[in-house]
Amino acid sequence: MGKREIPEVNAGSTADIAFLLLIFFLVTTTMDTDSGLARMLPPPVPEETVAPPPIKERNVFSVLLNSQNQLLVEGELMDISELKEAAKEFIENPLNADNLPEKKEIEVPIFGVREVTKGVISLQNDRGTQYQAYLMVQNELQAAYTELREDLAKRKFRKSYDELDEDEQKAVRTVYPQKISEAEPKNVGGN
Amino acid sequence: MAKFRKKNKGGQPAINTSSLPDIVFMLLFFFMVSTTMKEVTLKVQIKAPEATELAKLEKKSLVTYIYVGVPSKQYQNLFGTEPRIQLNDQFATVSDIQSYIAQERDAMKESDQPKMTTSIKADFDCPMGVITDIKQALRKAAALKINYSARKKVEIN
Repeated sequence: MGKREIPEVNAGSTADIAFLLLIFFLVTTTMDTDSGLARMLPPPVPEETVAPPPIKERNVFSVLLNSQNQLLVEGELMDISELKEAAKEFIENPLNADNLPEKKEIEVPIFGVREVTKGVISLQNDRGTQYQAYLMVQNELQAAYTELREDLAKRKFRKSYDELDEDEQKAVRTVYPQKISEAEPKNVGGN
Repeated sequence: MAKFRKKNKGGQPAINTSSLPDIVFMLLFFFMVSTTMKEVTLKVQIKAPEATELAKLEKKSLVTYIYVGVPSKQYQNLFGTEPRIQLNDQFATVSDIQSYIAQERDAMKESDQPKMTTSIKADFDCPMGVITDIKQALRKAAALKINYSARKKVEIN
């Protein structure tokens, strides 16, 4: 009983522990993916073109954003939280009201003949508008379209818009085309 | 009762190091996965704006970045405190954007060129004037697919 060796700690399972940790980190770390609001810019207008025919007043949903980040929608001051509902009502025009946009019947694949709105959302901002405010407006308008499309997808296919296949998504997009036009900004507030 | 006897008589026992390679590998893998290669050093301060309707930018190779913001502290005495544009590693003006886009487009594969996306990474507080100028320049450069970079907003309802 003189010299007793110290028993070694069993290290066979450390590899398992290491792998466990590795997998844990693999699952939990989110990679820094970029995300944002996707938009298409209108193609450049060649100079000396004929001005396009004017759009009827009722077909335009004018959204103005000034340098104080205040919102003027169809001539009325509005809070950003109400914009989405207002935009949805404009696009949908559920009661065929006179002051809301006209509709025209077009042939849509899958859906057949449907009434599609002629409405255009016109967004104009000031040069002094804060970027965040501008993006919030863009965001709300996008949300209005997304919700309408989502609703339609649920009603017609009983599925979420994201789960539809490409043709179905395209059909839904044809029923609710995203028409946001951006006017050249004004410089009223100065900067 | 000689059960309790002083143990280590001769030298200290060696620590078992057979799991060290595992740990090192684990760290290696972890860093390999979580690091994203930084291509440019930001010279402007950017705090991304918030939004909810986000779309992910998929292919990194198709994306060209334009940074907009107030120059960082060490550049402020040179470039001032007004929001500036940064392309690649240097400050630029709106007039440089067209050639920058053309150059980036040439560097792409021909089949990818129509899918080119320009991501505008701008500070939430910068005025729209700069952004509008950039947008007009992009229109002229025929880079029409854009993406306003934003963070996911945490909703409180």
